[in-house]
Amino acid sequence: MSNILEVENLRVDIPVGNQTLHAVRGISFSLARGETLCIVGESGCGKSLTSLAVMGLLPRAARRSADRLEFDGIDLMRASRRQMQKIRGNRLSMIFQEPMTSLNPAYTIGDQLEEVMLWHQKVPREKARERAVFLLEKVGITGAAKRLSQYPHQLSGGLRQRVMIAMSLMCGPSVIIADEPTTALDVTIQAQILLLLSELQREFDMGLVLITHDLGVVARIADRVMVMYAGQVVEHGSAKAVFETPLHPYTRGLMECMPIPGKTPPGQHLGSIPGIVPSLIGEIEGCAFRDRCPVARAGCERFDELRRADGHAWRCIMDAQEARGHAAAREEAHQ
Amino acid sequence: MLGYLAQRLGLAVLVCLTVSLITFSLLSASGDIASAIAGEEATPQQLAEIRAELGLDRPWLVRYLGWLGGALQGDFGDSLFFRETVADLIIHRLPNTLLLAAMSLGVMLSLAIPLGMLAAFRPNTWIDRLALSIAVLGQAMPNFWFGLILIVVFALNFGVLPASGSSTTWHFIMPAIALGYYATPPMMRLTRAGMIEVLGQDYIRTAHAKGLSMKRVLFKHALRNAIIPVVALTVVQFGNMLGGSVVIETVFGIQGVGYLAWESITRLDVPVVQALMLLVAVFYIVLVLVSDFVNAWLDPKIRK
Amino acid sequence: MSSFPDPTSQVTEQAAGEAAGPLPVGRARWRDRDFTRRALKHTAFLLGCTIIVLILAMALLAPLIAPYDPYAQSMANRLVPPIWMDGGSWVHPLGTDGLGRDYLSRIIYGARISLLIGTFTVLCSGLIGTTLGVLAGYFGGRVDLVINFIIMTRLTLPVIMVALAVVAIVGSSLTVVILVLGLLLWDRFAVVMRSAVMQVRSQEYVQSARALGCSTPYIIVREIMPNIFGSLVVIATFEMANAILLEAALSFLGLGVQPPIPSWGLMVAEGRNYLLFDPWLIMIPGFAIFMLVLAINLMGDGLRDILTPENRN
Repeated sequence: MSNILEVENLRVDIPVGNQTLHAVRGISFSLARGETLCIVGESGCGKSLTSLAVMGLLPRAARRSADRLEFDGIDLMRASRRQMQKIRGNRLSMIFQEPMTSLNPAYTIGDQLEEVMLWHQKVPREKARERAVFLLEKVGITGAAKRLSQYPHQLSGGLRQRVMIAMSLMCGPSVIIADEPTTALDVTIQAQILLLLSELQREFDMGLVLITHDLGVVARIADRVMVMYAGQVVEHGSAKAVFETPLHPYTRGLMECMPIPGKTPPGQHLGSIPGIVPSLIGEIEGCAFRDRCPVARAGCERFDELRRADGHAWRCIMDAQEARGHAAAREEAHQ
Repeated sequence: MLGYLAQRLGLAVLVCLTVSLITFSLLSASGDIASAIAGEEATPQQLAEIRAELGLDRPWLVRYLGWLGGALQGDFGDSLFFRETVADLIIHRLPNTLLLAAMSLGVMLSLAIPLGMLAAFRPNTWIDRLALSIAVLGQAMPNFWFGLILIVVFALNFGVLPASGSSTTWHFIMPAIALGYYATPPMMRLTRAGMIEVLGQDYIRTAHAKGLSMKRVLFKHALRNAIIPVVALTVVQFGNMLGGSVVIETVFGIQGVGYLAWESITRLDVPVVQALMLLVAVFYIVLVLVSDFVNAWLDPKIRK
Repeated sequence: MSSFPDPTSQVTEQAAGEAAGPLPVGRARWRDRDFTRRALKHTAFLLGCTIIVLILAMALLAPLIAPYDPYAQSMANRLVPPIWMDGGSWVHPLGTDGLGRDYLSRIIYGARISLLIGTFTVLCSGLIGTTLGVLAGYFGGRVDLVINFIIMTRLTLPVIMVALAVVAIVGSSLTVVILVLGLLLWDRFAVVMRSAVMQVRSQEYVQSARALGCSTPYIIVREIMPNIFGSLVVIATFEMANAILLEAALSFLGLGVQPPIPSWGLMVAEGRNYLLFDPWLIMIPGFAIFMLVLAINLMGDGLRDILTPENRN
């Protein structure tokens, strides 16, 4: 399986006064067609900025650097503005957090859907309209043809996010990046939308980068999971490996905070991670998580390296054997 | 929607009536019109005849209702100075003022919108400061003075434009610049503020994520939303320009209703002044209504 | 009746409020160290204040600094050009007008007229507008309805025409000009104060004052006024500039201050006769109006920035 998206040592820096906020501090991952990668982490860990950096949509003040940032063999770091415009929305799409405000209130749904296709491909308007209706039906909107002439304010949040998903699919992209597409929605709709995304991803054989903190959904749809903390990857591996043997204490902490269907027994007390995320202004020495880590020890203040074994990576002073021991102990405690 | 419309219309009519009452009572306090017409040597007999002829001997309320009734039918009486009816006088002068107002709006929009957009697109840069300076200078300059400077420079020194009169379109260029520039600052600030707000919206990020060019994002997605209040204010400004034309038309000797207003006020030609004030007020009210509907029409959230 | 439309309408409210931009709501901290620090860093504000202080000093000390009597005519010295032109001299630094009066002295005395008009008009219109606005905003309902109707009627009347007509009927004097402008320029005060009071009224400390049983006038004076004072001062500066420009326009049209009083607007009008050969006669007084209005606007803009730091981009 060849990778369609390759990211190596991606960094995002934001100047704050005369200091620098290192929001993303050296992230690497890759994505193949048909694969789902879930990026997990609490707010402010750099998940969203990572996705915006890949899209080339960072705020003006932010600086991006990377050893490698390739989409389908194209070097995005060197791509001109025009080249980026050809890729964005066409072969690389993005879905945002805020469905309520992400659609332009002044234009109809149809206009906004058709625009993407008319802009990127030389097709007649009827063709774009057909595609829009097809996709609106695909994302589960009834009466699709009628919806085309409606304005965003006439739709509910869930419907708007479905429209956004349809919009991202208009040109048949190879990769979709979805940045917490369900946080603003009603809980009952959240899972529906995520499962819909996953279905569409399989049907159209796309790569999907899903940024979320819903571990329940991650467990159901992810092929691979990447856990981020304070702008770094702290754990990265196949969904199976990460869920069965979480090697980083932060991952274990996250799992205890959230019920996982079929895993968390009913009535179980949910955990929480005490403490706060360290400031990202300036460099962080050693492990960024050590102040909140239940198993921190001497040496953590110096250790900062991503260990790898069997396609599983984790950023912790504990080696594979010791970490597996902790994971197993946790597993036992749950049974 | 219909109920809302009816309420607005009712209110507008009420305001117009109030304005007509104010106008009428203000000008009936202007002293004895009869002696103004007859001159100082008039005998009491002559004065009484003039009063009877003009109906000035009737009670105030009767005169007001008579005037209002006439006004509703487009009859504002005769000018005391010109040998014309007030209605004819105004109809002959109105096209000049409308042309001036339209050209001024053109000047205003072609300055305010590009500058406001550029300033919003690059806030706190030299272009933003330039736009702000233009606004600050425009707000501080007395428009009659600016008009005179234009005359000195372009008519007297370079001789490229006519200094005064209204016989050709060329005559309207300098007045339109003077009047339009004066109205530019608030419009530019509104455009800038609107654009800055819109450019920070999520749907602008969506438009970028769709791969659209900067030009298309700005002109299709941003401008369309930022322009709504600008269009509405433009309509109202059109009304304000009719009032503002008094000064500029006097400076440039344009035979429009503004100049007519000044002439008639200085001569206390009461019927003309009454008619003009009512006309400008009604015009303003109608334009405010229009701008409300334009607003509703441009904003899909209000439009039903 | 409850859904009665806001008669001032969105648009006119915007039109009235826009020139003043976003206005500060909240307790303005004049004595705050932060206020002073920001004021000292605001170049445009300092520039505006400096010019105003200079013009104010000029107006107050006019008899001491004016080289001549501003009314003294001298037919032998007509149309002497200012110092920077050929034939100018330090005897009359800004030259003399068509009646041989010293232009510098007239400009110095003219500052008195503009400042008098500006100050008293704003006092008058501010009092009317604030009273109406506060009443409408505080009481709402029927009171609001009536006051809104008054505001809309006022916005409908063309200011220049009404002012000209009143002056033409009553006769022109400084007092008449001040009163007419004061009675006409209160709309922005009323519109902005109304919405500011509505905003403040719904806030907790006002609610709690009411819950404690404080009387209405007490709440308005002690709890609401301090919080809208910032907005009030900012609008006052813009209305002052507006009043000065209008007086100049009225005098220019011959229906404001009457000759031989040295009003800057009137001086421009008198200079108009010499437009072709002596354009400096209109340049100098026009520039004086421009500088004063510019300075007031810079100060108002600056105050708004300083009092509402969160509104700056």
